Amino acid sequence: MLSPEATTKIDYELTKYPADQRQAAVMSALRIVQTERGWLSKESITEVAQYLGMPEIAAMEVATFYNMYDLSPVGKYKVTICTNISCMLRGSDEIVSHLQNKLGVGFNEVTSDGKFCLKEGECMGCCGGAPLMHVNNTEMHEFLTTDKVDAIIEGLK
Amino acid sequence: MLNIEIDGKSIEVEHGSTIIDAADKVGIAIPRFCYHPKLSVAANCRMCLVQVEKFNKPLPACATPVADGMKIFTRSKSAIEAQQSVMEFLLINHPLDCPICDQGGECDLQDVAVAYGVSGSRYTEEKRVVFNKNIGPLVSTDMTRCIQCTRCVRFLKEVGGMQELGMIGRGEHAEITAYVDKSVNSELSGNIIDLCPVGALTSKPFRYSARSWELTRRPSIAAHDSLGSHIEVHVKDNKVMRVLPREKESINECWLSDRDRFSYEGLNSPDRLKVPMIKHNGAWVETDWKTALEFAAGQLKDITNEHGGEALGVLVSPNSTMEEGFLAKKLANGLACGNVDYRLRQTDFRLDGKRLGTPWMGCNIHEIEELDRIIVIGSNLRNEHPLLAQRFRRAVANGAELSVVSPLDNDPLMDIAHKVIVRPNDMVNVLGQILKAMSGLQRLSLCLPPSLTALLDDIKVRPNTQAIAESLAGHGKDYDLIAPKVGIFLGNMALSDPRFTEMYSMAEAIGGITGAKGGILPAAANSTGMHMMGVMPSSTGMHARAMLEIPRKAYLLLNIEPELDCQHAALAKAAMEKAECVVALTTYKSQALDNADILLPITPFTETSGTFMSMEGRVQSFAAAVRPLGESRPAWKVLRVLANTLGLAGFDFESSEQVKDAIFAGEKPSAVVWRSLNNNLRELVEIQVNIKHDGLQRIGEVPQYESDPIVRRSPPLQKTKYNIKPMARMCSRQLAALDLVEGDHVLVKQDKGSAVLTVRLDDHVAMGCVRVAAAHEATIGLGELMGDITVEKLSPQQLLDINKNITEARA
Ligand code: SF4
Ligand code: FES
Ligand code: FES
Repeated sequence: MLSPEATTKIDYELTKYPADQRQAAVMSALRIVQTERGWLSKESITEVAQYLGMPEIAAMEVATFYNMYDLSPVGKYKVTICTNISCMLRGSDEIVSHLQNKLGVGFNEVTSDGKFCLKEGECMGCCGGAPLMHVNNTEMHEFLTTDKVDAIIEGLK
Repeated sequence: MLNIEIDGKSIEVEHGSTIIDAADKVGIAIPRFCYHPKLSVAANCRMCLVQVEKFNKPLPACATPVADGMKIFTRSKSAIEAQQSVMEFLLINHPLDCPICDQGGECDLQDVAVAYGVSGSRYTEEKRVVFNKNIGPLVSTDMTRCIQCTRCVRFLKEVGGMQELGMIGRGEHAEITAYVDKSVNSELSGNIIDLCPVGALTSKPFRYSARSWELTRRPSIAAHDSLGSHIEVHVKDNKVMRVLPREKESINECWLSDRDRFSYEGLNSPDRLKVPMIKHNGAWVETDWKTALEFAAGQLKDITNEHGGEALGVLVSPNSTMEEGFLAKKLANGLACGNVDYRLRQTDFRLDGKRLGTPWMGCNIHEIEELDRIIVIGSNLRNEHPLLAQRFRRAVANGAELSVVSPLDNDPLMDIAHKVIVRPNDMVNVLGQILKAMSGLQRLSLCLPPSLTALLDDIKVRPNTQAIAESLAGHGKDYDLIAPKVGIFLGNMALSDPRFTEMYSMAEAIGGITGAKGGILPAAANSTGMHMMGVMPSSTGMHARAMLEIPRKAYLLLNIEPELDCQHAALAKAAMEKAECVVALTTYKSQALDNADILLPITPFTETSGTFMSMEGRVQSFAAAVRPLGESRPAWKVLRVLANTLGLAGFDFESSEQVKDAIFAGEKPSAVVWRSLNNNLRELVEIQVNIKHDGLQRIGEVPQYESDPIVRRSPPLQKTKYNIKPMARMCSRQLAALDLVEGDHVLVKQDKGSAVLTVRLDDHVAMGCVRVAAAHEATIGLGELMGDITVEKLSPQQLLDINKNITEARA
């Protein structure tokens, strides 16, 4: 069951589209549910689809298409590091290996305390600040160095 | 009109057409995978790239609208390069396992690769593997072969009405799948096999049984619903291997329902009766045709001589051909018997003698799409007419408003504008309300016959019926239509209803006021043909129900299993038990024919020539696709020889064509049909609008894969989720009223018969009704399809006792 808070938020998103086009709000709805539950289980996708009156598989298509939707648990903090061309040229590899050593997990793995998960990201459209990463899809950090990364992770603990 | 040039050929095309349409028009081949004229344009395979003058890169022909003066090159250097590159890309992840692929020999990918690809690949890296999905008993998947054209996804969404497949993931990880572990349940699912350009989706029943080049293709006509779909029967070694649609734009387009596509699996069922049989001291003995026919003729003659022709009852399946029906009737008449009928699932015969002609659907099939307002009465469209439903779906997608009056609220997978879900008995009243509301609408206030006007006085119009009336009159959600094209159709549930006559008359009156097209949607492949030839009782004869209610001494059954095909299973069974002699012309040995005395093996539609007449009155003849199995013979021949043996005159037909000529008296069939089809009534019948009815009413729907003997024996269809054991299905309110919960066992009773069923919650069922499927062994003890029914809860102890009794009785 979607929580009342989630449905209120989804209902607000729905006001942006014609009443007979509820499906249009699927991206927002998935985001809202993911934020609330941490990740999108099959059940969550089903609930969103049912709430919007669309086929479950169509909601699934959307959820699997965008990699900001997480289809398995990602721990408390999801750290996504861009590894595309600009960030790579500016040393993202080093950031990645530093983080992997520090947290003891590879990409798509969650630390044993359930706090951190590392994800490989695609170009975030801010190549000017490369190398960069974001935390939980919402908080972006630019011009990374290993020291800066340590400080950020420390701040999250 | 626009003038363009393709490969140097100048042509004129309409505004808005795409390059691929234009090229198709002049017969220039452009390779394609994702494009399909009946589906939306996805333009994701890129196989159709062509060069267009003034554009510096190739354009997809399927998604590029033509512009005036456009010059298109499909075989220029740039086009060929593009085609070769796309082909190379498409094959990167394709397994190239043609030798073990069922599509081999009829594969678009193979053909296009040969015609437009290069001979080798530069890709030496690893290919990806996609796991196969189990999407049900009809379609088999090999998803590694998929090229992501999404035709299957678009078909199910746009034509099937429900997106059951989707493409999840992205880029290299994209794959086609149903949601989690679901199967594809569309009743049109087989079409995705035809649509899939590669061997990713193939036919499960046909799989690995033949190569396409070994098959002989024979045209035929589908033998189940009354749409009259054109089919192609594929034959190897005198055996039907599969059935595919044959394109016929005005009827089935390029589609086929699963029932018509997979029923062939029942043709070679182990149940097939291969030799004539006679019951001797309670045991069946095989015999030869001569003995069997002479015995049958002798019995029929003795009984009719002694007790008169009325002692015989002739029950004809509406799935039999016109020739068979005609001869059955002629034979009966030759024995001075007027008891002939094909309307086995009808309860109400009050319209007999009051019709001006043969009832039909009242318009052409493709006209449904053009309707603005539609009302469907007593029909579970997807169950009864799976492919026709798709035309309604298109109408609704085009903006038509659909109203439904029915005891069942099953989702037709299209938007319903207004619906009234009530018990069958109240449907007459509901139609009366609509009529009354309509006659009150200003623009429509026509004079109704005084008898009707008086009736309507007692009716109270409710808001939902008012809404339907306004919709039919042209008022709409967004704007009003001055002269809407209205369609009004009655389905199987209405046809089997004990008050069909009244519903029909009301519908006719509503149709009259709105100038609607429409009529009945006949249930079976040849219902319309049987009616037109008058395979019905003579003025003194008995109709199908009466023949069972007042048991006859002898019966002649043509292609039926009485308990499964008649509207009153228990009566049918009793009548057969009681009869002195039952001669059954049947394709199958069947438990339902245990009470017969003589079984004469007849061929199914693939082994005989014949004619069906469709719901729109199309007379369609077909030839046999294969030779008869064993000793079985086409029913028209059996009837002819039986008549000869009986010494009846006028039965010297040499071919089914001669029989057809006799049916149409040498005239052009269409001329006869034109004269005969007429939905109007000669006189009004007596209608009562306020009959109170308190007890429960049965909704004895015939599930689509139980509709006739062939379908009932098709294993793949029986494995679909439509084949559910009959249960006592009721809505939650009804369950609460009876103090039942899902899973309880109940004893349902009708007349003297009963059945023990499990209770199932089904909120599609109207209050006051119990949905108990018919045409199934579990419910052959019950009575009328739409009759009264009672439900008693069984305690665990009672259930045990009953089961014990049954086991004892069996022993
Ligand atoms: S399964 Fe067949 S029809 Fe469906 S996307 Fe793949 S190739 Fe196309
Ligand atoms: S490449 Fe990393 S943000 Fe663009
Ligand atoms: S047919 Fe045009 S892109 Fe597939």
